[in-house]
Amino acid sequence: MTAVRTVPTDGFATTSRERRALTVQHAARLLFLLVALLLLAPVLCILAVLVVEGAPGLSLDFFLTKPRDNGAAGGIATALVGTIWLTMGALVLALPLGVAAAIYLSEYARDNWLTRTIQVAIVNLAGVPSIVHALFGVGAFVYFLGFGKSILAASCTLAVMTLPVVIVSTREALQAVPKAFREACWNMGATRWQTIWHIVLPNSGGGILTGLILVVSRAVGETAPIMFTGAVFLRALYPSSVFDKTMALSLHLFNVSTQVTNVPRHVPFAVALTLIMVVLAMNAIAITFRMRLRGRKKW
Amino acid sequence: MAEPQAEPSADLAIEVRGLNLWYGTFQALFEVDLDIEAGNVTALIGPSGCGKSTLLRSCNRIVERLGYVSTTGTIRVLGHDIHAGTASPIQVRRHVGMVFQRPNPLPLSIRDNVLFAQRLHAAHGPSRADQDAAVEQALREVLLWDRVKDRLHHRATGLSLEEQQKLCIARLLPTKPAVLLMDEPCSALDPAATAAVEDLIWSLRGRYSILIVTHNMAQARRASDQCVFMLMGRVVEHSATEQMFVAPQRQETADYIEGRFG
Ligand SMILES: Nc1ncnc2c1ncn2[C@@H]1O[C@H](COP(=O)(O)OP(=O)(O)OP(=O)(O)O)[C@@H](O)[C@H]1O
Ligand SMILES: [Mg+2]
Repeated sequence: MTAVRTVPTDGFATTSRERRALTVQHAARLLFLLVALLLLAPVLCILAVLVVEGAPGLSLDFFLTKPRDNGAAGGIATALVGTIWLTMGALVLALPLGVAAAIYLSEYARDNWLTRTIQVAIVNLAGVPSIVHALFGVGAFVYFLGFGKSILAASCTLAVMTLPVVIVSTREALQAVPKAFREACWNMGATRWQTIWHIVLPNSGGGILTGLILVVSRAVGETAPIMFTGAVFLRALYPSSVFDKTMALSLHLFNVSTQVTNVPRHVPFAVALTLIMVVLAMNAIAITFRMRLRGRKKW
Repeated sequence: MAEPQAEPSADLAIEVRGLNLWYGTFQALFEVDLDIEAGNVTALIGPSGCGKSTLLRSCNRIVERLGYVSTTGTIRVLGHDIHAGTASPIQVRRHVGMVFQRPNPLPLSIRDNVLFAQRLHAAHGPSRADQDAAVEQALREVLLWDRVKDRLHHRATGLSLEEQQKLCIARLLPTKPAVLLMDEPCSALDPAATAAVEDLIWSLRGRYSILIVTHNMAQARRASDQCVFMLMGRVVEHSATEQMFVAPQRQETADYIEGRFG
């Protein structure tokens, strides 16, 4: 047998066809980069406008004094406190329910029609517009369960709205725990629950925390679900129980920017800046958590 | 629960009679009869997909977890029917330990790995001293004590693969199992580690009855007393290792051992 060798006469020089392909490749790369950069523009613009217009209005006083004059003067204290109540309420309701549902789906559910129905329900729940959640909240919590227009009803509505987020992020976290650990446990005579309790949950805490933070950042920002169920434009008192109505940041922003006429220009921007800072801070924490966990492989 | 005609024998670690197993509608085991002698190392060999892992997983009832598995026939461990009405799968798994192909220590400390099963089953935790003793004894048994005694609180997942696999054997021991099932325990290890784990398995012989699946003919030959050859869900031949490798009774066995298929 003879070895077959074909060496091109001019070595490995590029052909004109290849050069054209390379030019196209560079152009394509540039085009896609530009489009990607374009996405940054709105985010940066919003932030820039808010900071420039709103920052002068921010001060400790602004956070600590109640609004006066329909929100035209004073600060945002009652709205801030109200938002905290609403968000905590949503969290307390959504987190246990969501984590429990995620545990069921990830650890117990067999692949049958019931499981598939639940999955479809979750996906659809995530896609329901918030105004529809709002109307559901009015019907279900304000009237049917008789909570009245209250923090409780609003928190319940927010919880229903954010449940899919909790379920999906928790389930992802649970599924990220290798199957081999579960097998090891089961083969040593651990029950499903012992396995979940000793091994699966402790190793998916980060994912569950991420879900928690996503709930907070969504619950803080939403307006529609709370404005018919528990939030009001103006209330001089801080809430004292979950059956009170309350002010909330998001609704306050809507109020001072569209409903009241004599508001100083910087006030709506300052409220918006506060709102977006809370949301961005929450998202930043969530992202950091995710990256930390991804970076630190424990197994 | 013993049937009148079946006389339980204490010399047999595992006694399988007429075992059929279906994954859904697919039958993976056919009329398997098998006697595993107590205190011996029995190697289970056969081509890929012939049902070795399935047979192993039947012996600690872990197949039941799949939900779509059905079986007929009986399996006795040390004379007790593991499917008897009073038998709980959890107790079965406690007395019949399983070692996997890929070492799978839990993401806990070395110490907690060894104590994991014991803690599951103890109503109240044993005293600290008892736990220390159990950890030391188990790790000594797998020849790991001297290497890890200074870092018992380190994560087990940071050990080398060989050490991990030894730890996976050690963590079965505190619940005093009668039988150790091992599903290709060396196939993820390099040759030196394989030899070390093989030596370890051989040193456990006598105190435990060991049923080990292997694709490595040399290993089966070196490190087993008895050898079982399976083909297409059936046990084809079962004899002393020496005899199986020198003078196999069946043509299929000879073909497989000499590498003509599989
Ligand atoms: N969970 C399962 N569901 C359905 N079929 C399965 C399952 N596990 C194994 N089987 C089938 O059962 C048969 C026996 O599989 P088993 O894993 O016991 O073979 P094996 O002898 O261990 O093979 P290997 O040497 O590759 O590990 C195979 O045909 C396999 O496809
Ligand atoms: Mg196998």
